[in-house]
Amino acid sequence: MKIAYFDHSATTPVDKRVLKEMLPYFSEKFGNATSIHTLGRQAYEAVEKARQRIAGQLNCESNEIIFTSGSTESNNLVLKGIIKALRNGRKMHIITTAIEHDAILEPCAELEQEGIDVTYLPVKGNGVVDINDLKKAIRDDTILVSVMYANNEVGSIQPIEEIGKLLRAQKRKIYFHTDATQAVNALECDVKKLGVDYLSLSGHKIYGPKGVGILYIKNKSPLKGIQLGGHQERNLRSGTLNVAGIVGLGKAVELAGKERAKNNKKIEKLRNVLIKGILKNIPETILNTDIENSLPSHAHFSFLWTEGESILFELDFKGVEVSTGSACASGSLEPSHNLLAMGITPEVAHGSVRFSLGKENTAEEIKKAIKILPGIIAKLRKMNPLYKKN
Amino acid sequence: MIYSDKVLEHFKHPHNQGVISDANAIGEVGNPVCGDVMKIYLKVEDNIIKDIKFETLGCAAAIAVSSALTDMVKGKTIEEALKITKDKIVEDLGGLPVQKVHCSMLGVEALHEAIKNYNKEK
Repeated sequence: MKIAYFDHSATTPVDKRVLKEMLPYFSEKFGNATSIHTLGRQAYEAVEKARQRIAGQLNCESNEIIFTSGSTESNNLVLKGIIKALRNGRKMHIITTAIEHDAILEPCAELEQEGIDVTYLPVKGNGVVDINDLKKAIRDDTILVSVMYANNEVGSIQPIEEIGKLLRAQKRKIYFHTDATQAVNALECDVKKLGVDYLSLSGHKIYGPKGVGILYIKNKSPLKGIQLGGHQERNLRSGTLNVAGIVGLGKAVELAGKERAKNNKKIEKLRNVLIKGILKNIPETILNTDIENSLPSHAHFSFLWTEGESILFELDFKGVEVSTGSACASGSLEPSHNLLAMGITPEVAHGSVRFSLGKENTAEEIKKAIKILPGIIAKLRKMNPLYKKN
Repeated sequence: MIYSDKVLEHFKHPHNQGVISDANAIGEVGNPVCGDVMKIYLKVEDNIIKDIKFETLGCAAAIAVSSALTDMVKGKTIEEALKITKDKIVEDLGGLPVQKVHCSMLGVEALHEAIKNYNKEK
């Protein structure tokens, strides 16, 4: 059965052009980028080429980019590494949001245990932070603001440029980090325009390989490495460089930039057909994505009187792959923190399904999803003892 | 988190799903806030559970547990049915992911609730 894949926020397939550039760096040009012989230099040059390509897309210098294993590591590194660099025995304060990825929220929780104050900004019903809440949260000891560029679950886009301006207007320097993991495909990531000092991104969300990402660190911004021992990446991230992965990431970031406008147009059109079809064919359905303020790829629904994991499996049996914010699929007993932060009740959050479209989706796949979903929802509602049957 | 084939099979084609209109006992447990509600209908004659049906709101595991449980209970005496434990249901399903074991407890609780109501009515 051909799979219609609508889970690009989880991961994406490696673009064939990306793979092609990576392949020589596994068995032929396998050198360690820190070795000084020919094979080592070959690897070094490939890494530096990738760094330049990425710098070109981010509008920064190549020495402002360090390679990591992906956004989770970049996010951990930026939060813990700034504290490590700036800690001086005085109180310190970080501002982030209630809808960050766990790769921000969990390191923040750990920092709280170590005596750092953290403010989690609420979001409006459409999953976007209110800049006025940020203004009110800034304190004399605020050192860092970390706000994701776009939310992984509902796709809401945060006002990064506006926040950047606000922070630059402060008398005292407050560093600004954005987790751009979900944004790179759809949104320009010019660090100067955004006004960020740090930015995280991951290869596998942008048709690149898994296990590789970057942290952009604006020149002279404070940071200390938290993984030590190999002196790579200016001692900020020790560990043998993943050369093939980095080569792939460089190509993927470049393609994302070059093909962004074309992909966005195609994906948004398909996404809107999907939304229209589902809302028309399935009663008691709520669209949680604010399409005026979201990535073009996202359509997040709550189907009342259902549970998301059941929908996920029913769709999977028929070759359609999505994800859910239901507690039942997460291993915890709480539904997605993003949905709760948006004011969605647990009952409604449990019945939620995320479609995240990609550049290879087709109109036929959308048609298939619209066709099979009403029957699945009806079957599950019929099983629900609380659902009023006719 | 990976489900056994048996869990997915029960979920795909649940046994004994529906209502018994002349049930002589009903048990309902769970809460939509937690995402799980299970309702068990029993038709008991001469101390034997002649028929059992379920309605469930929940994940694949909750539905599979409901289906497996009703298979196990059907035709048993009340006393035999009360001996069914969550571990037996999990075993019958070829295992459940750790975070899903509470779903099997929900099944046992719904059955016990129904039997309690039956004994009250008797």
